[in-house]
This record gives sequence, structure tokens and C-alpha cells, in this order.
Amino acid sequence: MKAAVLVFPGSNREGDVAQALELITGRRPAMVWHGDGDFEKTDLIVVPGGFSYGDYLRCGAMAAQSPVMAEVKRRAAQGVPVLGICNGFQIVTEAGLLPGVLMRNAHLKFVCSDVHLKVETSQSLFTNRYQAGQVIRVPVAHAEGNYFADADTLKALEDRGQIAFRYCAPDGTVDGPLGKQANPNGSINNIAGIFNETKTVLGLMPHPENAVEPMFGGTDGIGLFEGIVEALS
Amino acid sequence: MKARVHVTLKNGVLDPQGKAIGHSLNRLGFPEVGDVRQGKYIELEIAETDATKAKARLDEMCRKLLANTVIENYSIEIVGEQAGQ
Repeated sequence: MKAAVLVFPGSNREGDVAQALELITGRRPAMVWHGDGDFEKTDLIVVPGGFSYGDYLRCGAMAAQSPVMAEVKRRAAQGVPVLGICNGFQIVTEAGLLPGVLMRNAHLKFVCSDVHLKVETSQSLFTNRYQAGQVIRVPVAHAEGNYFADADTLKALEDRGQIAFRYCAPDGTVDGPLGKQANPNGSINNIAGIFNETKTVLGLMPHPENAVEPMFGGTDGIGLFEGIVEALS
Repeated sequence: MKARVHVTLKNGVLDPQGKAIGHSLNRLGFPEVGDVRQGKYIELEIAETDATKAKARLDEMCRKLLANTVIENYSIEIVGEQAGQ
């Protein structure tokens, strides 16, 4: 399986995700610069975390209009899987590949810690290595992870099973709003990650790529990458 | 001509920054301050002489980049004209 990792001015997790992909797939991904309107055909496109364009205007807003994202949108429409992590999630929502928006954390603080996530479904190429209801532990690091969508959009996401991950307590309890500590940012319905309708695009705020080696505190992120490899091989 | 764009959060969208500003002002001795909403103000120099055309283009700019209409409203003003959407 060959992956492409996009690189914008201000990206900073592209190396982390490239290393995780190499570790798990055995192949070094192609690093693709934001100004490239075309790039080699790959089985997966990853939009990594960071602070693309310095978070100017809104997080992900400028990157979403870059030449490379026009090509990503074309390929996503053809069914090429796209994984947006953290700032990458913000970019793919701004680009319209996923509904809703990531707003400033409700408590206004940058949050950098491990969180627990409840896997909502195993029925996707991204989550097939997990069980529905399984709790995994991965880190988050963001100031704008407060997912919001209007009531109709939210209902459609819930009804169609497009919620991929929710913030939860270690025992899997998905509790109420901010202050209940399982939700690090005030995200509506504790949403940490969502799919598009065809479940070929996944955006999530947490960093599975930073939970793939025991020496860095956990390996619960491996399943996501292994699942992708299995689905795409 | 010069244009001004105001981008504001829609009603009902939580604005924690506005709330924090309000609290700070209350603490600084301005108890009369109630609800505060923070937005963005953008000034643009437009190479266009027809205000109607400029507004149509600005509307497109707002929808494509300057505002995220999921959570934000915008208003466009041509300098020297009445404010309008």
C-alpha cells in the first residue's frame, strides 16, 4: 500500500505520520507539497497535523484552497481514501470533504494530553481492526478541536453511522459536556472523528500516528493503520 | 475602491472568546458589559469601479474563503456606500 502525505507551510506532524506509515506498511509514503496540483497515484492520502498557514483566518481555511487540495477533492470523489488528522481534519472540513467545522476549544486552552476514544463502528476501512465499542487511548494536541455542526447535519451524521470516534472515560462511558473531563474541548456529542457518507474520508482530532510505539506511551493507534493496510491490500 | 467585510459568529454559536473578553471587562471595572461577541474585520482594496459588481465578487470571496458559513455570517460594505449584505 502506497500513501501520500501532504505538506503545507506550517505542517508539523507530517514526519510523525510518515514514520507510522513506514513502520506499519513497510513503505515510505510520498511527501507532497501543497503547491503541487498533481502527484503520483496513491492508495491513501493523509492530511497531517500542524498549523498550516499559521492558522491564518481560520484553522485549515487557507490550506483547503491550495492547489493540492483541489486534486485531493477530485481523488476523494473517485473513492481514494483520505485521512485528515488534527489540522488535517480542520483542512478537510474547510475543503468540504466532511461536514461541520472545528471551533476554538470551549475552555479556550490548548489541550495536550492522552484521551480515551470509543470506537463507534468497525465497519469502515479505517476502523476494521477495532471492535465497535472498544476504548482506545491516543494523544490529542489542539486548540481548535471543538466539533460543531447544525442540528440537521448532526442528526444525519448520527443516523447514517458517520461518527467514527467519541471522547469517553476509560471505561467507555461517553459523558456530558466540557468539565466532565472525557471531552477535552467541548465537542458536540463528544465527537472526536467523523466519516463522510461513503466512509472513505475520515477526519479526527486525536493523533493515532503518535500511539504506534510502546516507548511513546501506547500502541492503540496501530490498529487504524493496520486496518487501512488490510482494507487496501 | 475599498471594501470592508465583517465576519461574525451566527446567533446560537458559542463564542468562548467573547465570553472571556466580557468577563475581563467586568473584572476591570466595567460591570455594565453584558454579552460580548467577537468577530473579524477585513479591509480589501478592489480593482473595480462598479460597486454592484464588486459586491457580487466580494460575496463570492466571503462564501469561498473569508467566512465559514456553517458558523459565521458576513456583511459587505463598500467604503462611501451604505452597508449591505
